[in-house]
Amino acid sequence: MTPALIEARGLVKHYGDFVAVDDISFDIHEGECFGVLGPNGAGKTTTIRMITATSPITAGDLRVSGMAVAEEPRKVKAVLGVVPQEDNLDPDLLVRQNLEVYARYFGLGREEVRQRIDEALELFQLDDRIASNVDDLSGGMKRRLTIARALVNDPRVLILDEPTTGLDPQARHLVWQQLRLLKSRGVTMLLTTHYMEEATHLCDRLVIMHRGKILIEGRPHDLIAEVAGPQVLELRLPSRERDALLAEFPQGNGVSVEQVEDLTYVFGGGTASMMAAERVGDPHRAHLRPGNMEDVFLLLTGRGLLD
Amino acid sequence: MTAIPLTPDISSGAYRVWQRNRDATLRNWKTEFLGIAIEPFAIILALGLALGRFVDLGRGENYVEFLAPGLLALFPMFAATFECAWGSYVRLEMQGTYESIVATPISVDDVITGEILWGTTRSLVNGTYILIVMFILNPWLHMVDSPLALLAIPIGILPGLLFSSISIAFASIARAMSHFAYFFNLIINPMFWFGGAFFPFDEMPQWVQIAGWFVPLKHVVDIYRGLIAGNLEWSMLASLAWLATFTLVFYVLAVKLMRRRLIH
Repeated sequence: MTPALIEARGLVKHYGDFVAVDDISFDIHEGECFGVLGPNGAGKTTTIRMITATSPITAGDLRVSGMAVAEEPRKVKAVLGVVPQEDNLDPDLLVRQNLEVYARYFGLGREEVRQRIDEALELFQLDDRIASNVDDLSGGMKRRLTIARALVNDPRVLILDEPTTGLDPQARHLVWQQLRLLKSRGVTMLLTTHYMEEATHLCDRLVIMHRGKILIEGRPHDLIAEVAGPQVLELRLPSRERDALLAEFPQGNGVSVEQVEDLTYVFGGGTASMMAAERVGDPHRAHLRPGNMEDVFLLLTGRGLLD
Repeated sequence: MTAIPLTPDISSGAYRVWQRNRDATLRNWKTEFLGIAIEPFAIILALGLALGRFVDLGRGENYVEFLAPGLLALFPMFAATFECAWGSYVRLEMQGTYESIVATPISVDDVITGEILWGTTRSLVNGTYILIVMFILNPWLHMVDSPLALLAIPIGILPGLLFSSISIAFASIARAMSHFAYFFNLIINPMFWFGGAFFPFDEMPQWVQIAGWFVPLKHVVDIYRGLIAGNLEWSMLASLAWLATFTLVFYVLAVKLMRRRLIH
């Protein structure tokens, strides 16, 4: 196996008494899209800040391309492309200038990156906006420009911190499509998100983080199959009716039930779930659907996503 | 926490930051130029000529002549402080510009150094322009007595660095735009009025003169007053040393505070 591009061992970050990241380890390999999934406050952004050398690590070992982040921050940052959670495009510069000036921060001259910038602007459908003010762009365009900017130094790893948070569905799908295209071109990506759908769509492999810890690691569909099972029964019933229905399920046979607000989830019910859904006969009150990443999260933490 | 090294970690990245500011400013060069171009004429007209008609310093010189070194010190000071106080804070906090830059191979120290060099550049441009205006008006107003005044341009680097460093040190601890009211009302504006630009310091009571020693602008005005009059004095070297020392202190302070703000 090729050596990992990003290697984290026993990574810890404290802010005073608060433990933001609590002893996590992971490897990210060339060409893969690696996801860090978790609710707000799980430690995703702190992890990214440590990788990008903007937050000193409290303990552990963190390497990018074999280089220790703490010892060679400039060299590490030279091989990363960072898309921060909040757009921080330069409003004092025009669209194309944003990319040229950013390339200069990497010591790359305008001529050197001309072609790369042209390609990035075209790929992200911004080639007709090169002389626009950044403030005149829509949210989706700003996001795409931020991703294009992160590619000007031809990074070994593209790091995306919640790349579609705050975008409308259409803009989000466009960003996803472009990230899939980058993936197909072999760009290595580290992506954090709290959108389960996004993680399932884009990531080859992911970890779920919760309260600074990694709960589980694997391929999205494997995780769903292993943890949530193929089918999940969602019940929205008064408690007496629900309890009567649940009593019909075979006991202790890998069936687990989770309650989130007024919704009851039944995992691993198999044919019993199917029969229950049929008996209620109303998909609004008893709905049988395929398992998804959100179920995995729910089962691991015993509660819904805290958005 | 990893220990923060005392020596600044500077590279050519500082120059990249300076270039970024230059490019951003040149985009709006017309507005920028207008601000720089008109103000000296206004103040020379209002204070030097209009108010000056009623002022007799008892030294056989016109008030506008007395005012010249002060103007040469004041305008560049404001250029540097506006750039590195408001300007830097906007880039730091409102625009996330620093955050975006330190995600590249550029260090926080590079960013601060580049910002200070840019503030200094603006103050030099401003100072040079004032000097040109004075030379142009010289046949009528006699503001400059000696070609030594030209030395004010290279020497102006020092106050440029100092005022930029003081301003960015403040920007690094400011938590809101409104906090700059403290900076301008408590530090910059008193310095404007009491920095020795508008009245002769050496005729003030002893305690005022002692207090004046602590005011950076006073040292700048003293140096320029000597140069413009064509008098080179040893005390000017002391003032230069004072400025150099405080520049170093505030530069190191600015770097340390900004590291704390951005890397955590």
